[in-house]
Amino acid sequence: MMAAGDVAIRTVELRKSYGRTVAVDGVSLEVRTGEFYGILGPNGAGKTTTLEIVEGLRRPDGGTVELLGSAPWGREPALMRRIGVQFQAAAFFDRLTAREQLRTFAALYGLGHGPADRWLERVGLDGKARTLTQDLSGGQAQRLAIACALVHEPELVFLDEPTAALDPQARRNLWDLLRSLNDEGRTVVLTTHHMDEAESLCDRVAIMDHGRVLVDDRPANLVRDLDAPVRVHLAPGRVDVVAARALPGVETAADDPESGLTLTTRTPSAVLTRLAELDALEGLQVRGANLEDVFLQLTGREYRA
Amino acid sequence: MSTWGSSFRGVGVALVKGFWRDRSAVFFSVVFPLMFLVLFGTLFDSTTSSRMTLLQVGDVAVLDDLDEGARGAFEQSFNVTREDDRAAALDEVREGDADVAVEMDGSTMVAHYTETDQVRAAMVQGTLSAFVNSANLAATGEPPRFSFRAESVEDDSLEVIQYFTPGLLGWAVAMSAAIGAAATLQGWRQTRLLHRIQLAPAPASAVVSARVVVTVLTALVQLTIFLAVAMLGFGLRLEGSWYLAVPLLVAGTLSFMAIGLLAGAVSKTAEGAVNTANFVVLPMAFLSGSFFVLDGAPQWLQTVSWVMPLRHLNEGMLDVLARRGQGLTAMLPQAGYVLGFGAVVGALAVVLFRRANG
Ligand SMILES: Nc1ncnc2c1ncn2[C@@H]1O[C@H](COP(=O)(O)OP(=O)(O)OP(=O)(O)O)[C@@H](O)[C@H]1O
Ligand SMILES: [Mg+2]
Repeated sequence: MMAAGDVAIRTVELRKSYGRTVAVDGVSLEVRTGEFYGILGPNGAGKTTTLEIVEGLRRPDGGTVELLGSAPWGREPALMRRIGVQFQAAAFFDRLTAREQLRTFAALYGLGHGPADRWLERVGLDGKARTLTQDLSGGQAQRLAIACALVHEPELVFLDEPTAALDPQARRNLWDLLRSLNDEGRTVVLTTHHMDEAESLCDRVAIMDHGRVLVDDRPANLVRDLDAPVRVHLAPGRVDVVAARALPGVETAADDPESGLTLTTRTPSAVLTRLAELDALEGLQVRGANLEDVFLQLTGREYRA
Repeated sequence: MSTWGSSFRGVGVALVKGFWRDRSAVFFSVVFPLMFLVLFGTLFDSTTSSRMTLLQVGDVAVLDDLDEGARGAFEQSFNVTREDDRAAALDEVREGDADVAVEMDGSTMVAHYTETDQVRAAMVQGTLSAFVNSANLAATGEPPRFSFRAESVEDDSLEVIQYFTPGLLGWAVAMSAAIGAAATLQGWRQTRLLHRIQLAPAPASAVVSARVVVTVLTALVQLTIFLAVAMLGFGLRLEGSWYLAVPLLVAGTLSFMAIGLLAGAVSKTAEGAVNTANFVVLPMAFLSGSFFVLDGAPQWLQTVSWVMPLRHLNEGMLDVLARRGQGLTAMLPQAGYVLGFGAVVGALAVVLFRRANG
């Protein structure tokens, strides 16, 4: 086991093309041991390809990878035991029940039934032990795939969109599980399209687009660096739009007869004090910038192929 | 437990369960070929009576004067009924209800038969004239100078079932081994289970061995069921070195798995792989004499047929199951060809698969 703070993953200038598609275009990342690391990016940004190069499944056209201190493409059994991988689309044996599935994966690591049955319970599927995998719901199958990635207690876990297709309850539920994995000292690398998820779980995130890493920092730092104004929303009829624009610190004000008035400001406390004096606080909502704003500002609003 | 042993067992158990729960796989590898065995067995059942019905009109001296032993021999070939109404007897023959009607015309025995079934007509003529000849001979009081006895070169116990059980079994094993290998390779590639297994410390040899052993066990189960049904239902007899069928079948299974791997390697989907495997196995079965003997086929077809591993497997199985006295020396060259064919095709499959999957 590596000590916290050591480098768990280091990639330098990774490149990978499929024909004329450049999937990964010079990615350099560093993930420290014990870190919860998120990779964000629009569809086709190169997240999965990057992960699979790091895992040793795909050979890059250029660049180097260091995974827990070694190169990943030797299929070194000792290294394989230290990492756990969940693919974006679950990969299961045909026509096995949830329990059999997990036991088979345990067997691939030389483990008996004990760990398999423990993990089945830990992801909340002991009630579905005898259900065939193909009859599980999308969220249950996702949890089973995660359990299969963890059954051998790896110290470094790769999860490719683990919460895709989950309902809000199941997603929060899974967050707790992922947090507990990280609390146990495991390094977690996760890709996701949910910004709230990355903001809530990740110590650090990299935002990718077109095969490149655009930024790589703590979510809070990214939001702060965005330096976006705070948006204040007032109930209809509280303050006149002309008066609002005249308030000190207000940058813009826009009125909508149905939903009310929206102000932007970089000095929210001063503006809120004035609004309190005008008795306009009832129904008021304040929304600061978040990771989604950072994401959209960096990657734009265009659809991706 | 070692990782090798545990992976081998784990994957093996998973494959057995996956196979057993796949009703259509079980149907096509066991039930479907067995249906053919039962069908052929019933069609060619040699225990049904081949005795001919003979109507005797009036007194027929040749028959009435037969001594005890000759009468017994005669009744093995003919089922004799007395019908003294001549017209009625001829009508019965005409309508096919009886094979022949005999009457005496002076010292000549006249047999009335129909030409509709020429084989039977010939048998009636031949057998009756033989009896008349021997009756003539007996009337002279001299002992016969020459006698005749017919013996089949195989064994008089040999029946048709001995011939088509090996062929149908070869087809059944070829089908399930090739399709199983093709479906596993492409299925696992498509769902990326192959990649997922690569990321575990399980040795590749353990996973491959599990697949091979499960397929071989399946073939042995097919062998057992086939032999049991053929023996209990249709009188198949296991004699001589029949047990050499087991190593032969194992060699065949490996070879057919290689064909399946090749089908998997050149296909893009699991369904495509299964269809390709089927596309190869069915014509191969016809060309290898699994369904009918190829003795009458043109020379070029015979040549093509001897390229097929199934042809060699079928011949080897016939040698040890049907042609008594044939043993190891008959079986080894066939098994050798089958294994060599498998090795070449398997190596080709590995090369093509590696190329297609980076
Ligand atoms: N095996 C492959 N063959 C050809 N092109 C590929 C292959 N894998 C990925 N690509 C291409 O590489 C690019 C990056 O794909 P990748 O799967 O890494 O994206 P991603 O960021 O994971 O996207 P998503 O959020 O949709 O999962 C895409 O344009 C994709 O079409
Ligand atoms: Mg992806």
